[in-house]
Amino acid sequence: MATIKVAKTELEKYTPLTPQAYATMNLMGIPIEAVHDQEVEYEVLPNRPDTLSVQGYLRAFKAYFGKEPGLKKYTVKKPEKDFVVRVDSSLKNIRPYTACAIIKNLAFNDAKIKEMIDMQEKLHTTVGRNRKKLAIGIYPLEKISLPITFEARKPKDIRFIPLESEREMNGLEILQRHPTGREYASLLDGLEKYPVFVDNKGKILSLPPIINSHETGKVTYQTSEIFIECSGFDFSILKKALNILVTMFADMGGTIYQMEVVYDNKVITPDLSPEKVKLSLEHTNKLLGLNLKEKDLETLLPRMGYDYAKGTVMVPAWRVDILHEVDIIEDIAIAYGYDRLIPQIPKVATIGEESEESKLTRKLASILVGLGLLEASTYHLIKEEEAKRAKLGEEKVETENSKTEYKILRPNLLIPALRIFSENKDNEYPQKIFEIGTVFKKSKLSETGIAESEHLLIACSPSNFTDLKQILDYLSKMAGFSYALKEGTHQDLIEGRTGVISIHGKETGFIGEVHPETLQDWNIKMPVTVIEFSLRELLSKS
Amino acid sequence: MTPTRQDDVQQLLETLSPIEKKILPFLQFPVDQIVQKCGLDMTSVLRALRFLENKGALKLTATNKKIVNLGVNGLYYKKNHLPERSLLLLLEQQTPLTLDEAKKLSKLSDNEFKVSLGVLKSKALINLTNGKVVLNASKEELSKKSFEEQLLDLLPTAFEKLAPEQLFALENLKKRKDIIEIEERQDVSFQLTSIGKQIAGKEVSADLIEEVTPELIRSWTRGKKFRRYDIQAPVPRLQGGKRHFVNQATDYGKRIWLEMGFKEMTGNKVVSSFWNFDALFTAQDHPVREMHDTFFIKDVQAKLPAPEIVQRVKKSHEEGVGGSKGWQYLWNEKTAQRVLLRTHTTCLSSQTLSKLKKEDLPAKFFAIGKCFRNETVDWKHGFEFNQTEGIVIDPDANLRNLLGYLAELAKKMGFEKVRFQPSFFPYTEPSVEGMVYHEGKKEWIEIFAAGIFRPEVTIPLLGEPIPVLAWGPGFDRLMMMAYELGDMRDLYSNDIKLLRNMSFWKQ
Repeated sequence: MATIKVAKTELEKYTPLTPQAYATMNLMGIPIEAVHDQEVEYEVLPNRPDTLSVQGYLRAFKAYFGKEPGLKKYTVKKPEKDFVVRVDSSLKNIRPYTACAIIKNLAFNDAKIKEMIDMQEKLHTTVGRNRKKLAIGIYPLEKISLPITFEARKPKDIRFIPLESEREMNGLEILQRHPTGREYASLLDGLEKYPVFVDNKGKILSLPPIINSHETGKVTYQTSEIFIECSGFDFSILKKALNILVTMFADMGGTIYQMEVVYDNKVITPDLSPEKVKLSLEHTNKLLGLNLKEKDLETLLPRMGYDYAKGTVMVPAWRVDILHEVDIIEDIAIAYGYDRLIPQIPKVATIGEESEESKLTRKLASILVGLGLLEASTYHLIKEEEAKRAKLGEEKVETENSKTEYKILRPNLLIPALRIFSENKDNEYPQKIFEIGTVFKKSKLSETGIAESEHLLIACSPSNFTDLKQILDYLSKMAGFSYALKEGTHQDLIEGRTGVISIHGKETGFIGEVHPETLQDWNIKMPVTVIEFSLRELLSKS
Repeated sequence: MTPTRQDDVQQLLETLSPIEKKILPFLQFPVDQIVQKCGLDMTSVLRALRFLENKGALKLTATNKKIVNLGVNGLYYKKNHLPERSLLLLLEQQTPLTLDEAKKLSKLSDNEFKVSLGVLKSKALINLTNGKVVLNASKEELSKKSFEEQLLDLLPTAFEKLAPEQLFALENLKKRKDIIEIEERQDVSFQLTSIGKQIAGKEVSADLIEEVTPELIRSWTRGKKFRRYDIQAPVPRLQGGKRHFVNQATDYGKRIWLEMGFKEMTGNKVVSSFWNFDALFTAQDHPVREMHDTFFIKDVQAKLPAPEIVQRVKKSHEEGVGGSKGWQYLWNEKTAQRVLLRTHTTCLSSQTLSKLKKEDLPAKFFAIGKCFRNETVDWKHGFEFNQTEGIVIDPDANLRNLLGYLAELAKKMGFEKVRFQPSFFPYTEPSVEGMVYHEGKKEWIEIFAAGIFRPEVTIPLLGEPIPVLAWGPGFDRLMMMAYELGDMRDLYSNDIKLLRNMSFWKQ
């Protein structure tokens, strides 16, 4: 998640930074991450990308602290001559939309350029889903000639010097050789044509969502007028992102100019007129458990940057998170102050109830603990080498792209138990353990294609068949189930010392001495005897 | 030297246990001789000496000694040959050989063969040219035992006694599997104190009673004396059986929920994206749904629930329900069918809501269990974690009620002070983060992520926008604090020593 630093001096213009002020800032819905010597670092949650810039944060801050409440108004000038971007229909399945603006009267310095680039990157990684959904280009107006065309071209027909490079490259070369090109190449994967912005003289401005041209796409401290474009697939998001950017530049002192974006029809962007949303006072009070009056809304909503009159809320054009009335109601609660909401448990009687699984687990565990066994609790995933050692084939349930060596869902509890013994060779013997947990296997019958069941494992080392059979006898007697044993085989157990356990006539598990070969494979030096069975039958009975 | 009173000597003699009495006559000798003379084994003698030390009769000094011994493979190689010798013997008969031939004829394992080649090459006894192994050693060189072989013959021996070339050979062999085992041994010696000197060499008559037996009880007569125990003496440790400490904590969690009238939800750990994300209004391009955050399962595809529910969820995402704008994108059924390891227990809540009937309301449910995220493992991260979660479905519920439940839960967990601030989750609005004040650490810690389910969640699942209060305390962090653990891996290490020594859950 993004964190941003704002200078304390900026905040102190509006309120002294007392402990109370910090507490209030945390109640704004934009939590403080850290307080440094000169700066306050805040965290931007995904619903408030409009505060990704310091300017946006200050706007929210000033409203919340009552210094500039209400909907902030910006002057937006009509398009001048040639403030036009033509969008070619060839972009249809490539990158069909753009929203654009021009800003004049900017005074850049190194700090402001950095701020601008930071903001651009933060929007890219958050709202933009790493440029997939939204890519932003900012260009010095003095280097380009209007109007501009947005079109799709074959990669080899795209030639320009990309930023941070010294030579001209074509579209393919940029994707293969340029560091930024390589990083984002997957976004243009498999396309025959790539999107480009081209100016009136035919110069390529950029290859979105990858990179700008070195010649026409680099803002310097000499720049005072810029062209901004946001390109992507969802026009409404692009418009919001553009609004976030242009208001930031306006707060830096710039003047916003609209542009004509020409698809089949003309669209004028940016459009900062607020959206009108109906709000019900009754819904508000019901959801928050408050007894607010109409006039309360008139003071609370402006503190979150809205205007409000007679049941209608004017929502700022840079807010991306207002999908429903509840989003505004939350802001009312934030303006009211979460610290002022008095917690109240309703007098609703319900009956608590423990699940059958929990009851059974508790019962079995207390019986086994009484026998001096230690309960283990292992990962649900096992290592690939362990799966190999256990000779798991096709039937193994595998995860995609695990970041650790644990990749496969355990098919039994024996594998983790053997891991425990192999990792505890230096600890005192005897070691007697049990585990109750979920195991996984493929199954066409289940909703997900994977069937889960609860198993019980008991393993003791050193021990022999008799020791474990004693435990099984005791357990079945105490837990009130009967079992039958018949001779069987198991790849990890000694033949002739392996029993198949049936409960209620269904084969559910096994008991036996682990074969020395298996012990050797696991580098275990003491004899181990195990019981493992599914709890299915014990659960279905109750 | 302070003179020792005769009373003290007498009292000391009365406390002596049988094994102490046995070694008493031989205390002028060193430890190994005591073992030979008194008829006890080393362990018992050491125990007796420790008892005497506790009683102030002597002072033990232990010096550590490293013994170099043969490992499993070492034993085998000593009896037969080191693998490089086997290879040399083969090459002596037949050279050159291709790598494959040499490997086959030498009957060495992959690993042994690789090591042998390396060793012989570094000693310039063979050459490798064009994939062939060529012997490059004279008769004399062949007949000579290598330093490694000489060392094997010598073992076991004390580490200190090794000469430089033997140390060199040791370093080489240590790199190889199970050839060498280095054991730490303790050499024990002792010095008698003044009182010790007075009792040393004494034969103690056996007229003190050692233990109470059925025979003794029957024949008890007054006036007999028992041997005194040293009640301060340490005793062997007991190992008890117990629940895993993590499960002790989760059981405690369950108890709290049950006391508050919640019903337990259980369900699968492997679920469809539909229940884990889509039904919770998490847009299909949300970063949490990417592979690097979530464990997806290979080769399977989930069946979706009844078409009405699927249609309602689709509509909720695409164009919104109940006055919402929705996320405005094309919702993809295939994406919802992807199978994953649940990332939160909230997937149980979404399933529970979809099955709920109106006459069941109001209702309260909880879940507690493992959840998963695709994460590397270090002291503060892991790919499994415990989560618990509660939901209240009540047509009259509101935000203040949510805070009420959170405050009550915090109180039950032992936290008196709690505070709330706004937060964000894709499926709740309003959203709350709850913090409690930890008196021990003197700091506020975040424990609750909470909120009221959005109408985009409740309308598709319940059919109407009934408020559902939902919250999930992060459990592992509380457990780490309660057990004073600094490393998250300890929760899942199953180190038997840790399991044995871990104290019980406090509440």
